[in-house]
Amino acid sequence: MNAAELRFHNLTLGYERHPAVHHLDGAAEKGSLLAVVGPNGAGKSTLFKGVVGSLKPLAGSIERNGVDARDIAYLPQIAEIDRSFPISVYDMVAMGLWNRKGVFGSIGGKDQHAIEAAIAAVGLTGFEQRAIGTLSGGQMQRMLFARLLLQDTRMIVLDEPFTAIDAKTSADLLDLVRRWHREKRTVLAALHDIDLVKANFPQTLLLAREPVAWGPTKDVLSADNLAKARRMCEAFDESAEACVAAA
Amino acid sequence: MLYAVLFAPFIEFEFMRRALVGIFALALGAPPVGVFLMLRRMSLIGDAMAHAILPGAAIGFLVAGLSLFAMAGGGLAAGFLIAVGAGLIARATPLKEDASLAAFFLISLALGVTLVSVKGNNVDLLHFLFGSVLAIDDLALMLIAGIATVSLIVLALIWRPLVLECVDAGFLRSVSRSGGPAHIAFLALVVMNLVGGFQALGTLLAVGIMMLPAITARFWARDITTMIGVAVGCATISGYVGLLISFHADLPSGPAIILAAGTLYALSVVFGPVGGLIWLAMPRRHLEA
Repeated sequence: MNAAELRFHNLTLGYERHPAVHHLDGAAEKGSLLAVVGPNGAGKSTLFKGVVGSLKPLAGSIERNGVDARDIAYLPQIAEIDRSFPISVYDMVAMGLWNRKGVFGSIGGKDQHAIEAAIAAVGLTGFEQRAIGTLSGGQMQRMLFARLLLQDTRMIVLDEPFTAIDAKTSADLLDLVRRWHREKRTVLAALHDIDLVKANFPQTLLLAREPVAWGPTKDVLSADNLAKARRMCEAFDESAEACVAAA
Repeated sequence: MLYAVLFAPFIEFEFMRRALVGIFALALGAPPVGVFLMLRRMSLIGDAMAHAILPGAAIGFLVAGLSLFAMAGGGLAAGFLIAVGAGLIARATPLKEDASLAAFFLISLALGVTLVSVKGNNVDLLHFLFGSVLAIDDLALMLIAGIATVSLIVLALIWRPLVLECVDAGFLRSVSRSGGPAHIAFLALVVMNLVGGFQALGTLLAVGIMMLPAITARFWARDITTMIGVAVGCATISGYVGLLISFHADLPSGPAIILAAGTLYALSVVFGPVGGLIWLAMPRRHLEA
Protein backbone atom coordinates (compact mmCIF):
# COMPACT_ATOMS: atom_id res chain seq x y z
CA MET A 1 0.00 0.00 0.00
CA ASN A 2 1.46 3.34 -1.01
CA ALA A 3 1.36 6.06 1.60
CA ALA A 4 1.33 9.77 0.83
CA GLU A 5 4.87 10.97 1.13
CA LEU A 6 4.03 14.58 0.50
CA ARG A 7 0.73 16.23 1.35
CA PHE A 8 -0.32 19.86 0.85
CA HIS A 9 -2.98 21.28 3.14
CA ASN A 10 -4.61 24.43 1.76
CA LEU A 11 -1.08 25.58 0.91
CA THR A 12 -0.37 29.17 -0.07
CA LEU A 13 3.20 30.14 -0.94
CA GLY A 14 4.40 33.51 -2.12
CA TYR A 15 6.52 36.57 -1.70
CA GLU A 16 5.73 39.65 0.39
CA ARG A 17 2.17 38.40 1.06
CA HIS A 18 1.44 38.04 -2.68
CA PRO A 19 0.54 34.42 -3.37
CA ALA A 20 2.37 32.57 -6.15
CA VAL A 21 0.71 29.26 -5.26
CA HIS A 22 -2.81 29.70 -3.97
CA HIS A 23 -4.81 27.24 -1.83
CA LEU A 24 -3.29 23.99 -3.01
CA ASP A 25 -4.58 20.69 -1.62
CA GLY A 26 -3.38 17.26 -2.59
CA ALA A 27 -0.87 14.51 -2.04
CA ALA A 28 1.96 12.76 -3.83
CA GLU A 29 2.24 9.08 -3.02
CA LYS A 30 5.50 7.37 -2.26
CA GLY A 31 7.17 6.36 -5.52
CA SER A 32 4.97 8.55 -7.68
CA LEU A 33 6.24 10.24 -10.80
CA LEU A 34 4.56 13.63 -10.86
CA ALA A 35 4.80 16.29 -13.54
CA VAL A 36 4.00 19.87 -12.56
CA VAL A 37 2.78 21.73 -15.63
CA GLY A 38 1.71 25.31 -16.10
CA PRO A 39 2.55 28.58 -17.87
CA ASN A 40 5.49 30.75 -16.81
CA GLY A 41 4.68 32.41 -13.51
CA ALA A 42 2.28 29.63 -12.56
CA GLY A 43 4.12 28.98 -9.30
CA LYS A 44 5.96 25.76 -10.21
CA SER A 45 9.33 26.91 -8.93
CA THR A 46 7.72 28.48 -5.88
CA LEU A 47 5.97 25.21 -5.07
CA PHE A 48 9.28 23.35 -5.28
CA LYS A 49 11.00 25.85 -3.01
CA GLY A 50 8.25 25.13 -0.52
CA VAL A 51 8.69 21.36 -0.93
CA VAL A 52 12.44 21.50 -0.26
CA GLY A 53 11.83 23.83 2.66
CA SER A 54 13.62 26.96 1.45
CA LEU A 55 10.37 28.97 1.40
CA LYS A 56 7.97 29.10 4.34
CA PRO A 57 4.23 28.88 3.54
CA LEU A 58 2.19 32.08 3.85
CA ALA A 59 -0.72 29.88 4.90
CA GLY A 60 -1.55 26.19 5.10
CA SER A 61 1.14 23.56 5.42
CA ILE A 62 3.25 20.92 3.74
CA GLU A 63 3.32 17.55 5.40
CA ARG A 64 6.36 15.44 4.63
CA ASN A 65 5.93 11.91 5.91
CA GLY A 66 9.28 10.61 7.05
CA VAL A 67 11.06 12.76 4.51
CA ASP A 68 13.66 15.02 5.99
CA ALA A 69 15.08 17.98 4.00
CA ARG A 70 18.20 15.83 3.55
CA ASP A 71 16.14 13.12 1.85
CA ILE A 72 15.28 15.45 -1.03
CA ALA A 73 17.63 16.05 -3.92
CA TYR A 74 16.78 19.34 -5.60
CA LEU A 75 17.79 20.59 -9.03
CA PRO A 76 16.85 24.28 -9.17
CA GLN A 77 15.91 25.96 -12.42
CA ILE A 78 18.75 28.42 -12.47
CA ALA A 79 21.48 26.74 -10.49
CA GLU A 80 23.51 29.44 -8.77
CA ILE A 81 26.69 27.86 -10.02
CA ASP A 82 29.81 30.00 -10.50
CA ARG A 83 30.99 28.39 -13.72
CA SER A 84 34.28 30.29 -13.70
CA PHE A 85 35.34 28.56 -10.48
CA PRO A 86 38.26 26.20 -11.12
CA ILE A 87 36.74 22.86 -10.10
CA SER A 88 36.65 19.62 -12.09
CA VAL A 89 33.57 17.68 -13.18
CA TYR A 90 34.73 14.80 -10.96
CA ASP A 91 34.93 16.94 -7.80
CA MET A 92 31.61 18.61 -8.55
CA VAL A 93 29.84 15.25 -8.97
CA ALA A 94 31.56 13.90 -5.85
CA MET A 95 29.78 16.60 -3.80
CA GLY A 96 26.65 14.47 -4.28
CA LEU A 97 28.08 12.26 -1.53
CA TRP A 98 27.76 15.09 0.99
CA ASN A 99 24.90 13.50 2.98
CA ARG A 100 27.07 10.47 3.73
CA LYS A 101 30.49 12.16 3.88
CA GLY A 102 29.80 15.58 5.38
CA VAL A 103 32.59 18.07 5.88
CA PHE A 104 35.35 15.64 6.84
CA GLY A 105 34.48 12.16 5.56
CA SER A 106 37.09 10.68 3.25
CA ILE A 107 36.18 9.44 -0.20
CA GLY A 108 37.43 5.88 -0.48
CA GLY A 109 37.77 3.37 -3.30
CA LYS A 110 34.11 2.34 -3.17
CA ASP A 111 33.03 5.97 -3.38
CA GLN A 112 35.35 6.59 -6.30
CA HIS A 113 33.69 3.71 -8.17
CA ALA A 114 30.29 5.22 -7.37
CA ILE A 115 31.40 8.61 -8.69
CA GLU A 116 32.79 7.07 -11.87
CA ALA A 117 29.61 5.06 -12.34
CA ALA A 118 27.45 8.18 -11.95
CA ILE A 119 29.58 10.07 -14.48
CA ALA A 120 29.32 7.11 -16.87
CA ALA A 121 25.54 6.91 -16.38
CA VAL A 122 25.11 10.46 -17.70
CA GLY A 123 27.53 9.86 -20.58
CA LEU A 124 30.30 12.16 -19.38
CA THR A 125 33.07 9.56 -19.17
CA GLY A 126 36.29 11.21 -20.30
CA PHE A 127 35.23 14.59 -18.95
CA GLU A 128 36.23 13.88 -15.33
CA GLN A 129 39.14 16.29 -15.19
CA ARG A 130 37.57 19.03 -17.30
CA ALA A 131 36.86 22.32 -15.55
CA ILE A 132 33.12 22.92 -15.24
CA GLY A 133 33.48 26.21 -17.13
CA THR A 134 34.35 24.30 -20.31
CA LEU A 135 31.06 22.35 -20.38
CA SER A 136 28.17 23.13 -22.71
CA GLY A 137 24.70 23.73 -21.30
CA GLY A 138 23.66 20.14 -21.98
CA GLN A 139 26.85 18.69 -20.47
CA MET A 140 26.35 20.88 -17.42
CA GLN A 141 22.86 19.44 -16.94
CA ARG A 142 24.26 15.91 -17.37
CA MET A 143 26.83 16.66 -14.67
CA LEU A 144 24.14 17.92 -12.28
CA PHE A 145 22.12 14.73 -12.92
CA ALA A 146 25.20 12.68 -12.02
CA ARG A 147 25.34 14.55 -8.73
CA LEU A 148 21.63 13.84 -8.16
CA LEU A 149 22.33 10.14 -8.83
CA LEU A 150 25.00 10.09 -6.13
CA GLN A 151 22.77 11.90 -3.66
CA ASP A 152 20.69 8.71 -3.68
CA THR A 153 17.65 10.28 -2.00
CA ARG A 154 14.07 9.09 -1.54
CA MET A 155 12.67 12.16 -3.24
CA ILE A 156 13.97 14.08 -6.26
CA VAL A 157 12.70 17.50 -7.26
CA LEU A 158 13.59 18.74 -10.76
CA ASP A 159 12.77 22.30 -11.79
CA GLU A 160 12.52 22.46 -15.61
CA PRO A 161 15.32 19.93 -16.09
CA PHE A 162 14.92 19.74 -19.89
CA THR A 163 14.60 23.43 -20.73
CA ALA A 164 17.16 24.60 -23.33
CA ILE A 165 18.46 21.03 -23.65
CA ASP A 166 18.59 19.17 -26.97
CA ALA A 167 16.50 16.07 -27.75
CA LYS A 168 19.33 13.55 -27.30
CA THR A 169 20.31 14.93 -23.90
CA SER A 170 16.73 15.12 -22.64
CA ALA A 171 16.13 11.54 -23.81
CA ASP A 172 19.22 10.35 -21.91
CA LEU A 173 18.30 12.26 -18.78
CA LEU A 174 14.69 11.09 -19.03
CA ASP A 175 16.02 7.52 -18.87
CA LEU A 176 17.49 8.38 -15.48
CA VAL A 177 14.16 9.80 -14.32
CA ARG A 178 12.46 6.53 -15.37
CA ARG A 179 15.15 4.58 -13.54
CA TRP A 180 14.45 6.57 -10.36
CA HIS A 181 10.75 5.79 -10.80
CA ARG A 182 11.50 2.06 -11.12
CA GLU A 183 13.57 2.31 -7.94
CA LYS A 184 10.39 3.57 -6.17
CA ARG A 185 11.76 7.04 -5.55
CA THR A 186 9.30 9.94 -5.56
CA VAL A 187 10.06 12.28 -8.45
CA LEU A 188 8.54 15.75 -9.00
CA ALA A 189 9.42 17.60 -12.19
CA ALA A 190 8.32 20.96 -13.56
CA LEU A 191 7.92 20.62 -17.32
CA HIS A 192 6.70 22.53 -20.36
CA ASP A 193 6.70 19.78 -23.00
CA ILE A 194 3.13 18.42 -22.91
CA ASP A 195 3.91 15.46 -25.20
CA LEU A 196 6.87 14.45 -23.04
CA VAL A 197 4.67 14.57 -19.95
CA LYS A 198 1.91 12.51 -21.60
CA ALA A 199 4.41 9.86 -22.68
CA ASN A 200 6.35 9.52 -19.43
CA PHE A 201 4.60 10.90 -16.37
CA PRO A 202 1.62 8.96 -14.92
CA GLN A 203 0.54 11.82 -12.63
CA THR A 204 0.25 15.53 -13.38
CA LEU A 205 -0.52 18.65 -11.41
CA LEU A 206 -1.69 21.49 -13.66
CA LEU A 207 -0.93 24.74 -11.89
CA ALA A 208 -1.76 28.34 -12.75
CA ARG A 209 -1.27 29.90 -9.34
CA GLU A 210 -4.45 28.08 -8.36
CA PRO A 211 -4.39 24.35 -8.92
CA VAL A 212 -6.37 23.66 -12.14
CA ALA A 213 -6.33 19.88 -11.92
CA TRP A 214 -4.36 17.09 -10.25
CA GLY A 215 -4.56 13.40 -11.09
CA PRO A 216 -3.83 10.92 -13.88
CA THR A 217 -2.04 12.74 -16.69
CA LYS A 218 -4.52 11.94 -19.47
CA ASP A 219 -7.41 13.40 -17.46
CA VAL A 220 -5.52 16.46 -16.26
CA LEU A 221 -4.06 17.50 -19.61
CA SER A 222 -7.38 17.80 -21.40
CA ALA A 223 -7.83 20.61 -23.91
CA ASP A 224 -10.31 22.25 -21.55
CA ASN A 225 -7.95 22.28 -18.60
CA LEU A 226 -5.03 23.57 -20.65
CA ALA A 227 -7.12 26.43 -22.01
CA LYS A 228 -8.26 27.24 -18.48
CA ALA A 229 -4.66 27.34 -17.27
CA ARG A 230 -3.72 29.73 -20.07
CA ARG A 231 -6.58 32.09 -19.22
CA MET A 232 -5.56 32.49 -15.60
CA CYS A 233 -3.49 35.61 -15.82
CA GLU A 234 -0.23 36.17 -13.99
CA ALA A 235 -1.87 38.68 -11.71
CA PHE A 236 0.28 40.53 -9.20
CA ASP A 237 -1.86 43.36 -7.90
CA GLU A 238 -0.04 45.81 -5.63
CA SER A 239 -3.32 46.91 -4.06
CA ALA A 240 -4.86 43.43 -3.80
CA GLU A 241 -7.27 42.92 -0.91
CA ALA A 242 -6.48 40.34 1.76
CA CYS A 243 -7.62 36.90 0.63
CA VAL A 244 -11.09 36.06 1.99
CA ALA A 245 -10.56 32.31 1.90
CA ALA A 246 -7.62 32.72 4.26
CA ALA A 247 -9.79 34.26 6.97
CA MET B 1 80.11 36.53 -6.39
CA LEU B 2 76.80 34.69 -6.60
CA TYR B 3 77.21 33.76 -2.96
CA ALA B 4 77.74 37.40 -1.99
CA VAL B 5 74.64 38.50 -3.85
CA LEU B 6 72.19 35.71 -3.04
CA PHE B 7 73.17 34.28 0.33
CA ALA B 8 75.63 36.46 2.21
CA PRO B 9 73.10 39.06 3.40
CA PHE B 10 71.11 36.37 5.19
CA ILE B 11 74.13 34.56 6.59
CA GLU B 12 75.87 37.67 7.85
CA PHE B 13 72.95 39.66 9.25
CA GLU B 14 70.50 38.37 11.81
CA PHE B 15 67.85 40.98 10.98
CA MET B 16 67.84 39.73 7.39
CA ARG B 17 67.35 36.14 8.56
CA ARG B 18 64.43 37.18 10.76
CA ALA B 19 62.89 39.15 7.95
CA LEU B 20 63.23 36.16 5.63
CA VAL B 21 61.62 33.74 8.10
CA GLY B 22 58.84 36.22 8.77
CA ILE B 23 58.09 36.76 5.11
CA PHE B 24 58.20 33.01 4.39
CA ALA B 25 55.67 32.42 7.17
CA LEU B 26 53.43 35.12 5.71
CA ALA B 27 53.87 33.58 2.28
CA LEU B 28 52.50 30.27 3.60
CA GLY B 29 49.38 31.65 5.26
CA ALA B 30 48.18 34.66 3.30
CA PRO B 31 48.20 33.64 -0.40
CA PRO B 32 45.81 30.65 0.01
CA VAL B 33 43.33 33.02 1.66
CA GLY B 34 43.93 35.46 -1.19
CA VAL B 35 43.13 32.78 -3.79
CA PHE B 36 39.69 32.28 -2.23
CA LEU B 37 39.12 36.04 -2.02
CA MET B 38 39.95 36.34 -5.71
CA LEU B 39 37.75 33.41 -6.75
CA ARG B 40 34.82 34.89 -4.79
CA ARG B 41 35.34 38.25 -6.52
CA MET B 42 36.27 39.74 -3.16
CA SER B 43 39.77 40.91 -4.13
CA LEU B 44 39.11 44.46 -2.98
CA ILE B 45 37.55 43.34 0.30
CA GLY B 46 41.03 42.41 1.54
CA ASP B 47 42.17 45.95 0.80
CA ALA B 48 39.24 47.42 2.68
CA MET B 49 39.80 45.13 5.67
CA ALA B 50 43.51 45.95 5.79
CA HIS B 51 42.70 49.64 6.15
CA ALA B 52 40.07 48.85 8.71
CA ILE B 53 42.69 47.29 10.97
CA LEU B 54 44.60 50.56 11.28
CA PRO B 55 42.51 52.41 13.89
CA GLY B 56 42.42 49.30 16.10
CA ALA B 57 46.18 48.99 15.99
CA ALA B 58 46.47 52.74 16.56
CA ILE B 59 44.32 52.57 19.69
CA GLY B 60 46.55 49.75 20.94
CA PHE B 61 49.52 52.01 20.25
CA LEU B 62 47.91 54.93 22.12
CA VAL B 63 47.25 52.78 25.16
CA ALA B 64 50.42 50.72 25.34
CA GLY B 65 52.94 52.25 22.95
CA LEU B 66 54.70 50.02 20.43
CA SER B 67 53.54 46.81 22.13
CA LEU B 68 52.99 43.90 19.79
CA PHE B 69 50.04 42.41 21.62
CA ALA B 70 48.20 45.69 22.12
CA MET B 71 48.52 46.58 18.45
CA ALA B 72 47.77 43.08 17.11
CA GLY B 73 44.85 42.72 19.53
CA GLY B 74 43.47 46.13 18.57
CA GLY B 75 43.88 45.29 14.88
CA LEU B 76 42.08 41.95 15.22
CA ALA B 77 39.21 43.54 17.14
CA ALA B 78 38.82 46.35 14.62
CA GLY B 79 39.02 43.94 11.68
CA PHE B 80 36.28 41.68 13.05
CA LEU B 81 34.15 44.69 13.98
CA ILE B 82 34.34 46.11 10.45
CA ALA B 83 33.70 42.73 8.81
CA VAL B 84 30.60 42.13 10.92
CA GLY B 85 29.50 45.79 10.78
CA ALA B 86 29.70 46.00 7.00
CA GLY B 87 27.72 42.76 6.71
CA LEU B 88 25.03 44.01 9.10
CA ILE B 89 24.68 47.39 7.37
CA ALA B 90 24.46 45.67 3.99
CA ARG B 91 21.64 43.50 5.34
CA ALA B 92 19.76 46.28 7.15
CA THR B 93 19.95 49.01 4.48
CA PRO B 94 19.77 49.06 0.67
CA LEU B 95 23.54 49.66 0.59
CA LYS B 96 25.56 46.83 -1.01
CA GLU B 97 28.32 45.25 1.08
CA ASP B 98 31.16 46.62 -1.08
CA ALA B 99 29.78 50.15 -0.76
CA SER B 100 29.52 49.95 3.02
CA LEU B 101 33.04 48.46 3.19
CA ALA B 102 34.35 51.34 1.07
CA ALA B 103 32.77 53.80 3.50
CA PHE B 104 34.18 51.95 6.49
CA PHE B 105 37.71 51.73 5.20
CA LEU B 106 38.00 55.39 4.25
CA ILE B 107 36.81 56.41 7.69
CA SER B 108 39.14 53.86 9.28
CA LEU B 109 42.19 55.04 7.38
CA ALA B 110 41.59 58.68 8.28
CA LEU B 111 40.84 57.80 11.88
CA GLY B 112 43.88 55.54 12.16
CA VAL B 113 46.32 58.10 10.76
CA THR B 114 44.86 60.74 13.09
CA LEU B 115 45.17 58.49 16.14
CA VAL B 116 48.78 57.55 15.39
CA SER B 117 49.70 61.21 14.86
CA VAL B 118 48.23 62.19 18.23
CA LYS B 119 50.90 60.29 20.11
CA GLY B 120 53.56 59.28 17.61
CA ASN B 121 55.77 61.00 15.08
CA ASN B 122 56.21 60.53 11.35
CA VAL B 123 58.47 57.51 11.84
CA ASP B 124 55.74 55.75 13.80
CA LEU B 125 53.23 56.65 11.12
CA LEU B 126 55.45 55.22 8.38
CA HIS B 127 55.84 52.07 10.46
CA PHE B 128 52.07 51.75 10.67
CA LEU B 129 51.48 52.37 7.00
CA PHE B 130 54.34 50.41 5.46
CA GLY B 131 55.58 48.10 8.23
CA SER B 132 59.16 47.34 9.10
CA VAL B 133 59.98 43.80 8.12
CA LEU B 134 63.66 44.35 9.05
CA ALA B 135 62.71 45.11 12.64
CA ILE B 136 60.69 41.95 13.40
CA ASP B 137 61.48 40.68 16.91
CA ASP B 138 61.02 37.17 18.32
CA LEU B 139 57.52 37.89 19.54
CA ALA B 140 56.36 39.22 16.18
CA LEU B 141 57.95 36.24 14.46
CA MET B 142 56.05 33.85 16.73
CA LEU B 143 52.83 35.72 16.05
CA ILE B 144 53.28 35.59 12.27
CA ALA B 145 54.28 31.90 12.34
CA GLY B 146 51.37 31.12 14.67
CA ILE B 147 48.92 32.85 12.35
CA ALA B 148 50.28 30.96 9.32
CA THR B 149 49.91 27.65 11.19
CA VAL B 150 46.37 28.33 12.36
CA SER B 151 45.51 29.62 8.93
CA LEU B 152 46.58 26.47 7.09
CA ILE B 153 44.90 24.17 9.62
CA VAL B 154 41.60 26.06 9.55
CA LEU B 155 41.67 26.20 5.76
CA ALA B 156 42.10 22.42 5.66
CA LEU B 157 39.17 21.98 8.07
CA ILE B 158 36.74 24.23 6.19
CA TRP B 159 38.01 23.33 2.70
CA ARG B 160 35.02 21.36 1.49
CA PRO B 161 32.24 23.76 2.53
CA LEU B 162 34.32 26.77 1.51
CA VAL B 163 34.91 25.45 -2.01
CA LEU B 164 31.29 24.36 -2.37
CA GLU B 165 30.03 27.71 -1.11
CA CYS B 166 32.06 29.42 -3.82
CA VAL B 167 30.88 27.14 -6.64
CA ASP B 168 27.31 26.27 -5.74
CA ALA B 169 26.03 27.95 -2.60
CA GLY B 170 22.46 26.82 -3.27
CA PHE B 171 23.47 23.18 -3.31
CA LEU B 172 25.50 23.56 -0.12
CA ARG B 173 22.47 25.10 1.61
CA SER B 174 20.35 22.15 0.49
CA VAL B 175 22.68 19.54 2.01
CA SER B 176 24.35 21.25 4.94
CA ARG B 177 24.34 24.16 7.34
CA SER B 178 28.13 24.43 7.35
CA GLY B 179 28.21 27.26 4.78
CA GLY B 180 27.65 30.06 7.30
CA PRO B 181 30.23 28.95 9.89
CA ALA B 182 32.74 28.28 7.09
CA HIS B 183 32.22 31.80 5.74
CA ILE B 184 32.75 33.36 9.17
CA ALA B 185 35.87 31.26 9.79
CA PHE B 186 37.15 32.38 6.40
CA LEU B 187 36.60 36.08 7.20
CA ALA B 188 38.45 35.51 10.48
CA LEU B 189 41.36 34.08 8.49
CA VAL B 190 41.40 37.17 6.27
CA VAL B 191 41.60 39.47 9.30
CA MET B 192 44.22 37.31 11.06
CA ASN B 193 46.50 37.17 8.05
CA LEU B 194 46.22 40.91 7.53
CA VAL B 195 47.18 41.50 11.17
CA GLY B 196 50.15 39.17 10.63
CA GLY B 197 51.11 41.01 7.47
CA PHE B 198 50.65 44.34 9.25
CA GLN B 199 53.69 43.58 11.44
CA ALA B 200 55.93 43.19 8.43
CA LEU B 201 54.38 45.22 5.64
CA GLY B 202 52.14 47.76 7.31
CA THR B 203 48.48 48.43 6.79
CA LEU B 204 48.82 49.63 3.20
CA LEU B 205 50.95 46.77 1.89
CA ALA B 206 49.85 43.79 4.03
CA VAL B 207 47.19 42.96 1.49
CA GLY B 208 49.85 42.87 -1.24
CA ILE B 209 51.39 39.59 -0.11
CA MET B 210 47.86 38.15 0.07
CA MET B 211 46.38 39.26 -3.25
CA LEU B 212 49.20 39.76 -5.75
CA PRO B 213 50.50 36.16 -5.63
CA ALA B 214 46.91 34.87 -5.70
CA ILE B 215 46.04 36.90 -8.78
CA THR B 216 49.34 35.88 -10.40
CA ALA B 217 48.51 32.19 -9.82
CA ARG B 218 45.36 32.51 -11.92
CA PHE B 219 47.62 32.75 -14.99
CA TRP B 220 49.43 29.52 -14.17
CA ALA B 221 46.84 27.00 -12.98
CA ARG B 222 43.39 25.72 -13.90
CA ASP B 223 42.50 23.99 -10.65
CA ILE B 224 42.39 25.49 -7.21
CA THR B 225 44.94 23.22 -5.51
CA THR B 226 47.66 24.02 -8.05
CA MET B 227 46.61 27.66 -7.91
CA ILE B 228 47.26 27.79 -4.17
CA GLY B 229 50.63 26.08 -4.63
CA VAL B 230 51.65 28.59 -7.28
CA ALA B 231 50.47 31.50 -5.12
CA VAL B 232 52.54 30.33 -2.14
CA GLY B 233 55.54 29.85 -4.45
CA CYS B 234 55.14 33.35 -5.92
CA ALA B 235 54.87 34.94 -2.48
CA THR B 236 57.98 33.08 -1.28
CA ILE B 237 60.03 34.14 -4.30
CA SER B 238 58.77 37.72 -3.99
CA GLY B 239 59.78 37.81 -0.32
CA TYR B 240 63.26 36.48 -1.01
CA VAL B 241 63.95 38.63 -4.09
CA GLY B 242 62.38 41.71 -2.50
CA LEU B 243 64.58 41.45 0.60
CA LEU B 244 67.70 41.01 -1.55
CA ILE B 245 66.88 44.03 -3.69
CA SER B 246 66.12 46.15 -0.66
CA PHE B 247 69.44 45.09 0.89
CA HIS B 248 71.66 45.66 -2.14
CA ALA B 249 69.95 48.78 -3.48
CA ASP B 250 69.22 50.22 -0.04
CA LEU B 251 65.47 50.46 -0.70
CA PRO B 252 62.64 50.15 1.83
CA SER B 253 62.01 46.41 2.25
CA GLY B 254 58.19 46.27 2.37
CA PRO B 255 57.65 48.09 -0.91
CA ALA B 256 60.54 46.11 -2.50
CA ILE B 257 58.80 42.82 -1.63
CA ILE B 258 55.46 43.98 -3.03
CA LEU B 259 57.17 45.34 -6.14
CA ALA B 260 58.81 41.95 -6.65
CA ALA B 261 55.35 40.37 -6.40
CA GLY B 262 54.08 43.01 -8.82
CA THR B 263 56.81 42.13 -11.31
CA LEU B 264 55.85 38.45 -11.15
CA TYR B 265 52.26 39.50 -11.76
CA ALA B 266 53.18 41.63 -14.80
CA LEU B 267 55.29 38.80 -16.25
CA SER B 268 52.42 36.36 -15.72
CA VAL B 269 49.89 38.61 -17.44
CA VAL B 270 52.11 38.44 -20.51
CA PHE B 271 53.63 34.94 -20.35
CA GLY B 272 51.23 32.93 -18.12
CA PRO B 273 50.12 29.71 -19.85
CA VAL B 274 46.48 30.13 -18.73
CA GLY B 275 45.19 33.17 -20.59
CA GLY B 276 48.48 35.09 -20.82
CA LEU B 277 48.52 37.82 -23.46
CA ILE B 278 51.28 36.24 -25.53
CA TRP B 279 49.24 33.06 -26.06
CA LEU B 280 46.26 35.10 -27.14
CA ALA B 281 48.36 37.07 -29.60
CA MET B 282 50.12 34.04 -31.04
CA PRO B 283 47.88 32.28 -33.55
CA ARG B 284 48.15 28.52 -33.09
CA ARG B 285 46.40 25.95 -35.23
CA HIS B 286 43.29 24.51 -33.64
CA LEU B 287 43.19 20.90 -32.60
CA GLU B 288 41.47 18.01 -34.35
CA ALA B 289 39.00 17.45 -31.48
